[in-house]
Amino acid sequence: MKAKITMEVTIMSIKWDEFFITGDPLILGSQIAIVLTMIGAVAGITYLKKWKYLWTEWLTTVDHKKIGMMYIISAVLMFFRGGMDGLLMKAQTAQPEMGFLDSQHYNEIFTTHGVIMILFMAMPFLIGLMNVVIPLQIGARDVAFPQLNALSFWLFFSGAMLFNISFVIGGSPDAGWTSYFPLAGKEFSPGIGNNFYAVALQIAGIGTLMTGINFIVTILKMRTKGMTLMKMPMFTWTTFVTSILIVAAFPIFTVALALMTFDRLYGTHFFTVSGGGMDMLWANLFWLWGHPEVYIVALPAFGIFSEVISTFSRKSLFGYKSMVFSILGIALLSMVVWVHHFYTMGSGPAVNSFFSITTMAIAIPTGVKMFNWLFTMRKGRIKISSAMLWALAFVPCFVIGGVTGVMLAMGAADYQYHNTLFLVAHFHYVLIPGVVFAVFAGLYYWWPKMFGFMLNEKIGKWHFWLFVIGFNVTFMPMFFLGLNGAVRRAYTYSAESGFAPLFMLSAIGSIILAAGFAVFCYNIYWSIRYADRNISSDPWDARTLEWSTASPVQFYNFAKLQEVKSLDPFWHMKKKNEGLTLYDSEIEEIHMPSNSWLPIYMGVIFGIAGFLLVFEWHIAAALAAIGIFAGLIIRSFDYNEGFHVKKDEIHRIENAWRKTEGEVHDHVS
Amino acid sequence: MKKILLSLTALLPLLVLSGCNMVVFEPQGPVARSITDLINWSLIWMLLVVVVVFGLFGYIVWKYRERPENKDYEPPEEHGSTLLEIIWTGIPILIVIALTIPTVKTLYALEEAPKGYEEKEPITIHVTSADWKWIFSYPEQGIETVNYVNIPEDTPVLFKMTSASTMQSFWVPALGGQKYTMPKMETEMYLVADNPGSYDGQNTNFNGRGYADMKFEVLAQTDEKFNEWLADVKETAPKLTESEYDDLLKPTHMGRLTFSNTHLEWVNHADPHSKAYTNPELYRGHGYQGKTFEEEDNYKSNQPNVMENHGQGGHDESEDNHGGDHNEH
Repeated sequence: MKAKITMEVTIMSIKWDEFFITGDPLILGSQIAIVLTMIGAVAGITYLKKWKYLWTEWLTTVDHKKIGMMYIISAVLMFFRGGMDGLLMKAQTAQPEMGFLDSQHYNEIFTTHGVIMILFMAMPFLIGLMNVVIPLQIGARDVAFPQLNALSFWLFFSGAMLFNISFVIGGSPDAGWTSYFPLAGKEFSPGIGNNFYAVALQIAGIGTLMTGINFIVTILKMRTKGMTLMKMPMFTWTTFVTSILIVAAFPIFTVALALMTFDRLYGTHFFTVSGGGMDMLWANLFWLWGHPEVYIVALPAFGIFSEVISTFSRKSLFGYKSMVFSILGIALLSMVVWVHHFYTMGSGPAVNSFFSITTMAIAIPTGVKMFNWLFTMRKGRIKISSAMLWALAFVPCFVIGGVTGVMLAMGAADYQYHNTLFLVAHFHYVLIPGVVFAVFAGLYYWWPKMFGFMLNEKIGKWHFWLFVIGFNVTFMPMFFLGLNGAVRRAYTYSAESGFAPLFMLSAIGSIILAAGFAVFCYNIYWSIRYADRNISSDPWDARTLEWSTASPVQFYNFAKLQEVKSLDPFWHMKKKNEGLTLYDSEIEEIHMPSNSWLPIYMGVIFGIAGFLLVFEWHIAAALAAIGIFAGLIIRSFDYNEGFHVKKDEIHRIENAWRKTEGEVHDHVS
Repeated sequence: MKKILLSLTALLPLLVLSGCNMVVFEPQGPVARSITDLINWSLIWMLLVVVVVFGLFGYIVWKYRERPENKDYEPPEEHGSTLLEIIWTGIPILIVIALTIPTVKTLYALEEAPKGYEEKEPITIHVTSADWKWIFSYPEQGIETVNYVNIPEDTPVLFKMTSASTMQSFWVPALGGQKYTMPKMETEMYLVADNPGSYDGQNTNFNGRGYADMKFEVLAQTDEKFNEWLADVKETAPKLTESEYDDLLKPTHMGRLTFSNTHLEWVNHADPHSKAYTNPELYRGHGYQGKTFEEEDNYKSNQPNVMENHGQGGHDESEDNHGGDHNEH
């Protein structure tokens, strides 16, 4: 045992040697890299004189498209962070008794991996795509509350950054992404790592809740003329139902996190057992939010697949109505299955039977969707583009995730699967095909709409094959490891266990998976540098309204609000050749919202107050919180009514893109 | 698509290889066997689903893919089919029913002593999980073991489980499923071993730094051997004292221990009013340390002599822990 050197560096009564995490070369390397990156970024922006551009065009924007892009950029960064965590875990378990990471470090890494991938990668990626696409799909000029939308983004970003600095400052949360009590309480985790969890997720969660409200109102109130509910595109439907789920489920998480914060910071006993609290109350509240959360990310993904499959099969969606009712059924059922995450709690056979049945019942509407997708492709002409490849790979991979899900749903059988790698393999087989494949499909599909050029199809195929093969090689072995008794979250295993070959295979798979992600990043770089800018605004011959306007979309979206007569409105407009031309007489002034510095200010001040709260410096945190109220007050006296876009400007902008129309470059064939 | 299928088939031999000795498919007792039967039953149906969907998927994608020949083919306008919707809603409902009935039956059966063993008098063993060890108390026999448990073969064993620290999960995959152990609560589980043998047990619910090594051995013995062992323990094993027990509950790893009395004499952690042994000072790790709270029934107020030796004793502990002494391998 190494000798303990007591070193206390205290300035202003802050223990600086505990404040910065020291003693681990991996973390030291990260700290240096972070500082260098920040210096580089600041120097670069200053050198290029881009501060003003950054401030006026991005940081203060209320444009739903730009907010969507910022969500997506953040999500890709978080994907990188969460992916690195995953690779470190795979490296540590590649061989038995590996000494690469110690158990504490491993615990922190799987905790942050889970939180980041679900809350800071999957959610913002999908919310980003929703932001870009939904107003366009329903023929609107922005979301219902543009400034609230910006606030949502900045709160998410603030929460994500607060959570991410934990590994270099103060210490990472280490009680798993579920942070079960009593382990996550002060009795067993006196370090402040889990304060980061409670506070950062709270801030990001408030942002998400506001996104949910914003999209419900947007979809209910801002659809263009003629678009009844049953004429909405499927992605709009799924976003609508997801938003309802967000509003139903996130308040539970908000409350649970608040109680956790009270327990950890002020010594209350909601979940703290030794003070008479109920530890399982946390598990129940967590999964009351946590299970709907899975569908909050899965449903929009299903919407993306619906759009992509329909477009590239050149057919309208098969069984539209039953698809809509399936989504509603899934959403409803998702609220009554949470106990399946802890059948082993000993709630008794009646409770477990009830939740086994509700959980298995989810397979029914999901199966309906699956068959409807298959029959959408039937009799179609399937163009296998990069976007479509992701949708195709989704089908078999998700079926494996689905059937193992039914197996796990069977309460009695779950006694043998629970907390094993079988479970881990299952949820990666659901979330990676169900969400990651979807966001890739959506990104390849909508990229030309966002930026006016396509992602390279050839590099896209490399990305696809490496990622899909890597995914299967990584997670398929885990099913068998789990059935053989390998548990999740264990930082090592013995050589006698016989787990070594499959763990090694899984580690190799994760490298292929990472190579796929690297190719994806390279594709973005390559396409920004070299891709053809002279493409049609409708490169896929698509079906919904977002393709009827320019690429990249002009800031007011549509010069004239369209009238919709059927499903797949743009497809029928093209067939009948009506509504595609814009006449001078139709141009009117457009009212648009102004930029605002308040959302980013609120993000920053929430971040500062949150950071101080994490360190339990209550007076400083309370002072910072005054800034939050100041922001609210300033907002209530904000009478800015926005601005009007003059006819001349609309005329100029519309002429510019409509003239080049017709020079169609087909990039897919 | 072909490549996906190829990569899947490449994994098949692995399935076969590891399938030979996957513990969940080699049940060693009636409880585990009833779960394995259920799993096998579900596997048949799930394989059916996989074959149907994969087949349909492969056929449709292959047949309707875009080719140079069908460039001019314009797909028909098609909105759905009520008959098809009824079929693919109805069949899954039937499959779910086929899975539900045995699931519910098994769930109820698992709460009681397994079929065929109702006659036999079960022995009761109290399981207390602590950080990061398992304590087994035999109240009828008056003995206690740590990190191993001996049971007679062909006899139902009723485990009454609780925790002295965080929440853990008690799992002996060869003999049956798992259940949580929770502080101030009690869960119950029956297990039976068909034959004498050694079976691995472990915690599956993450509970901090020592989690990965929180394992124990279940040794099933013939009645004769088991009674011999009992008598031997009674005769030779030392008595557990309250202060030794306090030390035992500190967050550490340890080997096996055997005692000729049980801690149930002075504390049963399943009792909601039992004394708490938690001590946050022992869990301090790296990073910035927050402040902790003194509960009315926590470690300090429960130890009458704590005022004299807290400063020294507590300090020693946290120092040791800081250095990572739990690391024994």
